[in-house]
Amino acid sequence: MNDNDVLILIYSILTLGGLGLVSSVILYFVAQKFKVYEDPLVNEINETLPQANCGGCGYAGCNNFAEACVKSANEHKSISGFFCPVGGNDLMKQVAEILSFTVEDQKPMIAVVRCNGSHTNVPAKSHYEGISKCLFANNLFAGEGACPNGCLGLGDCVVSCAFDAITINTETGLPEVTDACVACGACVKACPRAIIELRPKGPKGKRIYVSCVNTEKGAVAAKNCSVSCIGCQKCFKECPHGAIEMKNNLAYIDGEKCKLCRKCVEVCPKASILEINFAPRKPKVTTVENNC
Amino acid sequence: MNAVKTFSRGGVHPEENKFSSRKSIREIPLPLQAIIPLGQNLGAPAKPIVKKGDIVKVGQLIGQGEAFISSNIHSPYSGFVTKIDDVLDASGYRRPAIFIQVDGDVWEETIDRSETLETEIKLNRKAIIDRIKSSGIVGLGGATFPTHVKLIIPEEKKVEALLINAVECEPYLTCDEALMLSKGEEIFVGIKILMKAVDTQRAVIGIERNKPEVIEYFDTIAKKYPEIEVQPLKVKYPQGGEKQLIKAVVNKEVPSGKLPLEVGCVVINVGSAFAVYEAVQKNKPLIDRIVTVTGKSIAEPSNFKVRFGVPTQTLIEAVGGLPHDSAKIISGGPMMGKAIASPEIPIVKGSSGVLVMKETESHRKTEQNCIRCAKCTVVCPMGLEPYLLSKVSKLEKYDMAETENILDCMECGSCVYTCPAKIPLLDYIRTGKFKVSQIIRSRN
Repeated sequence: MNDNDVLILIYSILTLGGLGLVSSVILYFVAQKFKVYEDPLVNEINETLPQANCGGCGYAGCNNFAEACVKSANEHKSISGFFCPVGGNDLMKQVAEILSFTVEDQKPMIAVVRCNGSHTNVPAKSHYEGISKCLFANNLFAGEGACPNGCLGLGDCVVSCAFDAITINTETGLPEVTDACVACGACVKACPRAIIELRPKGPKGKRIYVSCVNTEKGAVAAKNCSVSCIGCQKCFKECPHGAIEMKNNLAYIDGEKCKLCRKCVEVCPKASILEINFAPRKPKVTTVENNC
Repeated sequence: MNAVKTFSRGGVHPEENKFSSRKSIREIPLPLQAIIPLGQNLGAPAKPIVKKGDIVKVGQLIGQGEAFISSNIHSPYSGFVTKIDDVLDASGYRRPAIFIQVDGDVWEETIDRSETLETEIKLNRKAIIDRIKSSGIVGLGGATFPTHVKLIIPEEKKVEALLINAVECEPYLTCDEALMLSKGEEIFVGIKILMKAVDTQRAVIGIERNKPEVIEYFDTIAKKYPEIEVQPLKVKYPQGGEKQLIKAVVNKEVPSGKLPLEVGCVVINVGSAFAVYEAVQKNKPLIDRIVTVTGKSIAEPSNFKVRFGVPTQTLIEAVGGLPHDSAKIISGGPMMGKAIASPEIPIVKGSSGVLVMKETESHRKTEQNCIRCAKCTVVCPMGLEPYLLSKVSKLEKYDMAETENILDCMECGSCVYTCPAKIPLLDYIRTGKFKVSQIIRSRN
């Protein structure tokens, strides 16, 4: 190694070292100048959240939700109205603890498909070969079964579900919601016919709902579908709790008011009110009156 | 004869299949019951002004068009109203309609039913437009835009030319051809009336070259009317599109999102021109039209003069019944028509044809991946990029769809016709258009 080589080595070290030093000084001042203060609580809350980024809470993602929680806690001294449907009440308690608040328990919800228009209940009258997406099919025609409000069965809800909680039953052609549902509401937005609704899950998963959204007149609705609500008002008159309202030839059961007495299910002549997770009914004892 | 012209950008040439060409117009007996839908035009549906049990005469006003873009509905039959109820439309959705039990054939006394040709135009400009409005005349090419709305010219605009759309570029359809061969003189008087209504000195009838008899016949009539020209056009789809016709005939391009009036043109369908003649000279409202009933397996493809409200089924029976191998019935032509959900659907103002498709030709081919061949872009007569529009509609990027001028698409279907990957481009674009116009409406 001669002197020249040593000089080259020294110059390189000095140049690069000097450059590094100058850059670090600049970077330090820049960092001071553009410093963003982030509440450590945001990060802490974010870590407890499920990181599904499903948007079920109404915010763009989990981090966004955490920021909004902290902001509301600082400004309004409360986090009421914030709810992560994926984590549920347990998670909201944790979040409240971090922010030193208390929260009320919310009733667990579940997505409910309000259509029972299976292949057998609604026989197909035409054949659709177009794009296999509800959004496009809804724009083109009323549906193979000709019910203008019923399920198209092409599975936009299945695609929208981030939790694999909806599947299309190939036998009936209808979507089915499993218990994996966290009620994030993505399917409610995805359904172009507004068939899916978030309803209270009910004690032990027991729930009663009208499985029809057809607003046509009774005679017309019955022509296409054997289990459509025909707006006969029998359930409306029967309900002892005033939980049923009639609108547009259609009965609607208010999930909050319903006491699960199942009287409406018995009177419905079209079997369009469904009871879920109830024990099977005892067979009715038929009394034969002898009038002779 | 003028030199043959055409539009410059895009276009396709599907098999013409005009089986019912040069056939005379047939009539069918009156039905026992008729269903008259209240929404037969583009825009707001009419309001019924009759009630259950009312006795109506042929030509009596039964539905009043109240909105700006709306048209009146007249009873095509005499009889009594049995009910006002919802009825299936072509897409399978239910829309309100008036049901009439047909009884005899009693016409309103004010209607002149004679066949004599009335050439003298007695009404003034305003009275003509009022008569067209009250007669419920709409564009009979299929889009059913109310004709009177087109004729209301703002003060600052001047109409340089009235274009008569006699192109009939849809394959299979021959209803305009049949009308022109039988009612040529009347159509010319109708055009004169329209020229008076829009106050112009020039009218051009655009006809595709595949109707040589019509061009020859019209040339002989045009000798009597020096201000009306007959313009033969190259056989190319969609020559009958409003903007394409303007480009072909006067060589002007209508700017995006603007009306033909922007370039000093008004385009009226030839069927509407005849309806105008009947309304103004004979005081007969729009209650019937010519409908082509055709298809490859149909025994006897024909053109019918049909009063509105007849079920599609009746027309199919009149041409020898529904063949066994048929799988699809289309209302309109094969390019822009819609498959109907039930043969019970009544004939309305916009029904230019009834096309019965065979099982073998009615199925869609499996959609494959886009191979970036750009054929759709080449054939798009509006200069759009269908592959891109379909993609952004699929991904629900409606803001981008709007900036890519999705609303300029006139749904001619040239892109789907030409796509080698069999992508249903138009289905995607149609939904995108629907969503974008919804967003635009919600902004105001």
